[in-house]
Amino acid sequence: MHIKNSKRIVALGVLAAISLTGCAAGGSGGSASGDAAACAPSDGKVDLTYTSWIPGIDKVVDIWNKENPDVQVTVQTGPNGNGGTYKNFFNQLSAGNAPDLGQIEYDALPNFRVQDGLTNIASCKNVTESKDDFIDWTWNQVTFGEKDSVYAIPQDTGPMAMYYRKDLFEKAGIPVPTTWDEYAAAAKTIRSQGGYITNFPQNDVNWFAGLVWQADGRWFSNEGDKWDVTLTSPESEKVADYWQGLISTDLVSKVPAWTDEWNNAYNTGSDWTWISAVWGANSISSGAPDTSGNWAVAPMPQWKAGENKAGNWGGSSTAVLKGSKHPYEAAQFALWLNTSDEALTALNKEANLYPATKAGLKLPVLSEGVDFYGGQKIYDTFATAANETNSDFVWGPTMTQTYGDVADGFGEVLGGSGTLTDALKTGQKKTIDALDAAAIPVNK
Amino acid sequence: MTQISAGAPKEKLASRTAAMIVMGISTLYFLVPIWWLFIGSTKSREQFSSTAGLWFADFNLFTNIGDLFAYNDGVYLKWMLNSIIYASFGALLGTLFAAMCGYALAKYRFPGRELIFNTVLGGVLVPATALALPLFLIFSQFNATNTFWSVFLPSIVSPFGVYLARIFAAASVPDELLEAARLDGAGEVRTFFSVSRRLMTPALVTIFLFQFVAIWNNFFLPLIMLRDQTLFPVTLGLYTWNSQVNQIPEIRTFVIIGAFLSIIPLIIAFLSLQRFWRGGLGAGSVK
Repeated sequence: MHIKNSKRIVALGVLAAISLTGCAAGGSGGSASGDAAACAPSDGKVDLTYTSWIPGIDKVVDIWNKENPDVQVTVQTGPNGNGGTYKNFFNQLSAGNAPDLGQIEYDALPNFRVQDGLTNIASCKNVTESKDDFIDWTWNQVTFGEKDSVYAIPQDTGPMAMYYRKDLFEKAGIPVPTTWDEYAAAAKTIRSQGGYITNFPQNDVNWFAGLVWQADGRWFSNEGDKWDVTLTSPESEKVADYWQGLISTDLVSKVPAWTDEWNNAYNTGSDWTWISAVWGANSISSGAPDTSGNWAVAPMPQWKAGENKAGNWGGSSTAVLKGSKHPYEAAQFALWLNTSDEALTALNKEANLYPATKAGLKLPVLSEGVDFYGGQKIYDTFATAANETNSDFVWGPTMTQTYGDVADGFGEVLGGSGTLTDALKTGQKKTIDALDAAAIPVNK
Repeated sequence: MTQISAGAPKEKLASRTAAMIVMGISTLYFLVPIWWLFIGSTKSREQFSSTAGLWFADFNLFTNIGDLFAYNDGVYLKWMLNSIIYASFGALLGTLFAAMCGYALAKYRFPGRELIFNTVLGGVLVPATALALPLFLIFSQFNATNTFWSVFLPSIVSPFGVYLARIFAAASVPDELLEAARLDGAGEVRTFFSVSRRLMTPALVTIFLFQFVAIWNNFFLPLIMLRDQTLFPVTLGLYTWNSQVNQIPEIRTFVIIGAFLSIIPLIIAFLSLQRFWRGGLGAGSVK
């Protein structure tokens, strides 16, 4: 049932997207710049709607509702963004009944911006001023580098590090890799002992993008009026060549991520490391319960010894959607939700969200040792990583399509034909075609 | 002669064995996933990924059910109740309308009859999924999205039910019987409810079951229409949870056990209604 339906969702979503782009291209020119001017409080009692798929978000919003009787927020929910909520947003935007606020991941924000689905809240009280509260790279994601523009408030991030089996590394006498060269050398030793250092996931293309991000690569940029697509940039190809080498020599496993087989590979100790985001801590502890206490977290391996660079995988923002009648109140709520200690603590407790604010990284809950990781204060490593993430990475407006096309190429590589670089080349071409087809200006 | 009589049973045996094998394989094909689901429902989260998928580990079924019902203030029970309401009332009304429409098309002569029937028949070919987005835009005009009615109203329409009811009414409700009823002074409505409806019962049960299952499994319409999770049917609720499993792995147990429990009402509906599934009640009753 689900497979059939999801195909239809995709088909319909594409239709909806195309028709919307048509509208946006025709009618957005006038409204885009004029928004920032007016952002005044509304009179009387205000009711806002907020759509988010975070489990338990209603309990966090309850705190706000108790403290702000005049601005009541109703939580609406649904599946995660790509599971249907983004398509719903676009449908609702075209029907004129979108919620006031919506959860949007960083990699989907440009799509909403291009289709004119967001309200510029830069002139709302305290919004522009809060820039320095947030981790540098997140602010660029919500402003798109445009002047006098803020389109969303950063909510959470996914700084990356290396989870590894401390006990196995010690037993095998392998030093913890600090560079990618050492990582590849460790992979060989581990393989000779019958294990794999990690797996290469076909479908987590945004994971791969996180690695490119760490290597200071970019997949998109938008200087001036046109998009540049650079999936095949030298940095990107460097990362591709590196993993291609590991795949070709059978040093990484091909088990698909997020499956029982994958969990089992970690649970039985046949996979030794996972380069992953902060939220992956829970994936391991629930997928590999038998290995409790044996894991540790170290910074990502570096391309040059002595460097300190990290990538990011995931994270989302709270955006004020187009058509909201109360942008002022919506912006105040979004700021409270994503900067106040009480909200950030509650979000972390309910849904393990990792804050996007600098102060949030120092929350008491994030400075405790975690038993599953041998009592290590793992969040210290991620806090450092969050601040070492390059601020210039930009997502494109058609990420769902890009992910799909690159994942298809990755699948072929794991099946034994082609290379990761080929996959990126195909992704590059198809992304340019898709942008072109959606009438989004792009350099060919 | 001896050759033929020796050959026939052998051939019979061979073809019967072949048929049994095909049946056996398809039975397995349909039942193994349910078995897997049941086994998965009985396991704790730790044992779910670390023990064999098709056999029991520690039996935690009731603990799991308790946890599921308690999670998020018991929202799962609300979803189940919603599904039952959408499906049973939707199917009941849908069956009634389909029966009346099909009966009228079969038994009355009026201009445009075939046109109406062909239009309805064309509706069978349009998948419900394709109508979800237009329906959303229409309901938006009335500010009626994200309401009970936005899912319920589209559910009571069943073109296939109309088709089935017409075919069945034509075949099993004899015109002579209607004549007799009219002669006895019964109005058309009374004739329909007290005579024709009874004769059409097997078809109505079929339509009801089809419609019940269709509404129960309908996922795309609620996905597009609903944002308030207290209105969700169980399919959408489980899908919503399942989409968060990567980041909140704890939910996975709930998705498994929730999926298992959600098929039980369907099984009950089938088992309790199939005894009405007797064809040709009226056939041969007149002459």
